[in-house]
Formats: sequence, structure tokens, C-alpha cells
Amino acid sequence: MKENVVISVRNLVKKFGDFTAVDNLDFEVYKGEIFGFLGANGAGKTTAIRILSGLSAPTSGDAIVSGFSARRQPEKIKQVIGYMCQRFSLYEDLTVRENITLYGGIYGMRRQLIKGRTAELLGKLNFEKYADSLISSLPLGLKQKLAFSVAVLHDPGIVFLDEPTGGVDPVTRRQFWEMIYETASRGITVFVTTHYMDEAEYCDRISIMNEGRIVALDTPAELRKKYNASSVEEVFIKIARPDGRLHTA
Amino acid sequence: MHGPTAGYILHDMKRFLGFVKKEFLHISRDYRTLIILFGIPAAQILLFGYVVSTDIKNAGVAFLDQSKDEITRRLTDKICSSGFFTKTGDLASQADIDRIFKKGRTKAVVIFENNFGRNLISRGKGEISIIADGSEPNVATLVTNYMTAIISDFNRDMAGPSAATALIVRPEVRMFYNPGLKSHYMFVPGVITLIMILICALMTSVTITREKEFGTMEVLLVSPLKPVQIILGKVMPYFLLSFIDVIVILLLSWFVFDLPVKGSLALLLGESMLYILMSLSLGILISTVSSTMQQAIFISLVGMMLPTILLSGFIFPIENMAEIYGWISSILPPRYFIVIIKNIMIKGTGLLYVWKETLILTGFTVLFIALSVRNFKIRLQ
Repeated sequence: MKENVVISVRNLVKKFGDFTAVDNLDFEVYKGEIFGFLGANGAGKTTAIRILSGLSAPTSGDAIVSGFSARRQPEKIKQVIGYMCQRFSLYEDLTVRENITLYGGIYGMRRQLIKGRTAELLGKLNFEKYADSLISSLPLGLKQKLAFSVAVLHDPGIVFLDEPTGGVDPVTRRQFWEMIYETASRGITVFVTTHYMDEAEYCDRISIMNEGRIVALDTPAELRKKYNASSVEEVFIKIARPDGRLHTA
Repeated sequence: MHGPTAGYILHDMKRFLGFVKKEFLHISRDYRTLIILFGIPAAQILLFGYVVSTDIKNAGVAFLDQSKDEITRRLTDKICSSGFFTKTGDLASQADIDRIFKKGRTKAVVIFENNFGRNLISRGKGEISIIADGSEPNVATLVTNYMTAIISDFNRDMAGPSAATALIVRPEVRMFYNPGLKSHYMFVPGVITLIMILICALMTSVTITREKEFGTMEVLLVSPLKPVQIILGKVMPYFLLSFIDVIVILLLSWFVFDLPVKGSLALLLGESMLYILMSLSLGILISTVSSTMQQAIFISLVGMMLPTILLSGFIFPIENMAEIYGWISSILPPRYFIVIIKNIMIKGTGLLYVWKETLILTGFTVLFIALSVRNFKIRLQ
């Protein structure tokens, strides 16, 4: 199993002044896995993702992502990962094709390769007719799918998705997850945060964070069994909100 | 550690150029950006040049000639042919004065006393009254000054070279560098100064905060692009376009207002680049402290434009300001650029006379960049 580890986090701590955002994280993620990262707002998910994607340096401890240290080689990490953030991340005033070309170029892909991938991607999404439309003219669901395709355009080893399905209708969310499965089956590891609990059920393994720590990490089935719950949502409420309150954020 | 190879640098360069191209696409897609970049500067120049002109040109003047002799006729001709005044009428009596002023076109009335010519020759003294429309004090002052100058000139002609006996000490005022006291001389440098800081600071701060607001900045930061490449890539198009703006304004001022660059054009363009660079770094700094475009626009407009207009010496001379405003003015970069550009454009001086201001502008640039880098690092922690 060891050679299949693509993310290895060891004693990872991140402090902002007196506040400990990430408190001694310790976990591994395997190749081709869909790893769900759950937690209430402010639990430390975003901080952890920022460290793993080379955006922010750990206070102590380290994370090895695709063989590179988040502490010492954040620039190397950036080359081999894909990233799609909460807010929609394509340029509204550029066309579909221009967006794809831009990101392909930023990740250092050759022009010929970008052209090939663009055609392939447009075909797969049934998007040919939109190739030269501005992003702003597309419905949100299409934008989201396109943003995901662009995030894995350069064939990264790992793709980080930070609440990728916020504000999308259930049908599109469903289709979006089919794309995630397809990506994982190609051997790309998917690291996804979400606060839709039904989506958590789709993950291979999930971790639940609370106040900077991981309080549970296992497959959805095991977690349900362990906490005697009928759904991940119930597990989440039992763990993250011991007082039974649902957060309304 | 290996140094970067040539191949890697080339690769990096291509990545960067693709990013710069994207910024040009943004600009070309957004007509508002284009208007701000090119429409406003041209409009400002023409507006300040024509509408806000403080020159007298074809001001209406009416005559109440109670003498109607050879000399009053000649003086009337001289006034009307000066180019500053246009005759709006001959009045028959004092009662007409009020009436013609109320029509609005006439700014001054010249009254020759009875027997003006005869008195002038026999007694060496003729009485002229100039009555100006005081409801526009600035115009009235200008009109009377111009009129007085024409009359004393006429006086001198009358006396001729033989009038050595009647030597009267007469103050003679001459305006160096701007003999006609043309207001363009003041406005063109002022507008360049104002427009450049406004466009550069405003546009860069807005374009960078836009990426923050839309979440695309996050994606760029996670990409292999280095932060410095992101900032340079966003700023470079504006550097180019602002520089084109400077050239357009200079051409306009030359061809439309007949105000050429007296000093070295290369020096002027070089100083303009420095000023643009300074303004861009200020824009970057503004973007590091604002999280929304609105905030960036507010800081740029209120923080830059008003002080620049009021305190940089653009319109109101710094020497006349209360001490505290003088102090505030000395921390405004535009103040120094105005000195530089006026020196080069109008007086034709070289770097020798503006090196101090150049140094100060360089200092501001370094300061703004250093502060931006510091803020950016804090954000990334």
C-alpha cells in the first residue's frame, strides 16, 4: 500500500498568532482515491487545503504531496496538482476556448497538446457549439463542469476541489460526480471538500474535521457502522456538533 | 540546487506571455476600460484646453465714443484688431451701458470723454473709462488688464521715439516662457499628471481586486505562475497603454494647442515611464489593502484624484497654500511630476534641474513596491 500514497501528512500544524487553525493533522491519501474532507465552516478545511496545495507554509510538521514537501517545495507541488475553488474560477469575459488555452499555457502545456485536449474535452462534454461563446453566457452547471475539466486538463496527479458544487442543481451535481468518478478511474486522486452530506457518501473515504483536528477518518460505511448512524449526515452531526445543534452557515 | 536551464526560462516566458495576452483580451472586451483608457484623457485635454480656458479671446467690447475724432477711431481699431476683443456695438449714451451688459455678450465698455483727441494733444491728457462686467470677476480682471496693456501700448506709439522729454517710468511686465499667459501651459502638464496617476492606480487596483473578488486569484496563486509574474502580467498591459496615452496627449497638445515639448522628448518620455511605474506600484499597493473593486475604486478616486487636483499644484499654487496643505502636498507624488514635466515641456530644462524630483519619484516607487510585497506576503501566510 505504501507506494500508493500520494499525500502523506505528518504532525501538520498551522497557527495564526494564538489561534491554531490546523492542529496536528496526521493522515494519508492513496492514488486514485476520492477523499472527502468534511467539517463545519471554520473547522480548518480551507487552511489545510491551502497548505497541501503549496499556497501556505505549515507552522510545524510537513505534508508530502506527490513526493514534494509542502514546507520546502511548494512551487514543485503547484506544477503537479489541479485546483478548483469554491467560487467559480473561469474568466467570464473570455470564451470557452480562450479559458482552456489560458490554463493550458499557465501549466506549461505545448500548444499542440492544448489543441488536442481542447477538442477532446469539448467533444466529451458535448460542448462544441459553445467553444467560442463567452463563459458569461453559459448556465452555472456548464461552467462548473468546464471548470473541473480545466482543473484536470494538464493531467495532474491530484486535484483539489474546494466545495465544487456550491449552488448547483441536483441533476448537475449528479453529473458532476460522474465526472469525478471518471477522473478517479484514470488514476487521478480527488481531494474534495463539501458540505453536502449526500456527496460525502460518494467518497471512497472521508475525514471529518472539527476545531482543527481530524476526529474521524474511514469509509462512509465503516463510519455509519461505528457511530450507529443511518447516514454520513447523522455521523457528522454526532461528531461535529455534540450538542446536537445544526449550524446554519 | 540547479540553476534554471535556458529551456526552463523559455518555458516560463511562454507561460507568462499567455497570461499577458489574457489581460489584453480582458481590456479589449470591456468597452468601459477602453473609454477610461483613451476617451477620458482626450476628453480631459480638450475640455481643459477649450472650455476651462482662462485666456481672453474675442471678448465682447462696446464703445461709447463722445469725441468721435481721429485718435479715438485709431484706438478703437487697435483694440478691436488685437484679437482679444470683438466690437459688440457703439453706444449713444450712458444709459445704454446697463442694457448692453445685460445682453451678456459684452464684457467691457470703453468710454472716451468729450474732446478726447483735442485734450490729449493740447493738455497731454485724455480720459478713458473702462467699465467691466463685474459679475464674472475673473473675466473682468483679465479684460481690464488686457485693455490697459493695449492702451499703454497705444500711448507709447503716440508719443513716438521723439518723446524723450516726456520720460515717464512705466512698469513693463513680461511673462517668460508663456508670453501670452496661455492656460494650456498649465493644463497640459496638469492633465498628464492627473490622468496618468488616475488611470494607472485605478485600473491596476481594479484589475487585481477583480481577480480576488471573482476567486480567480486563488486559482492563479495555486498555479505554477509565481506571484511576481501574476502581478507583472496584470500590470504590463496598462504600462504600455498608459505610455501610448502620454504620447497621444503630447500630440494633442502640440497639434491642437500649439504647445510643443521644448526640452528633450526622450527625457520627458523617460520621466513619464518612471511616473507611470510609480502610479502602477501605487495601484498594486491599493489592491493589496482592498478586497473589493468598489473599495479599490473609492481609494483611487477619493484618495488620488481629489488631492491631485487640489494640492499638487495642478490648479492652485503650492506657495499660496496654508502650511499644513503644503505639508500634505509634499507627500503627493504628482506634485513632483508636475514640476518635472513643466520644466521639460515649457522651460526646456534638462535632467540637471529635475534630478531631485526624479529621485523622489524613484523613492516613492521603491516604497510602494516594498509595501506591496510586504502586504502580499502577509496575505499568503
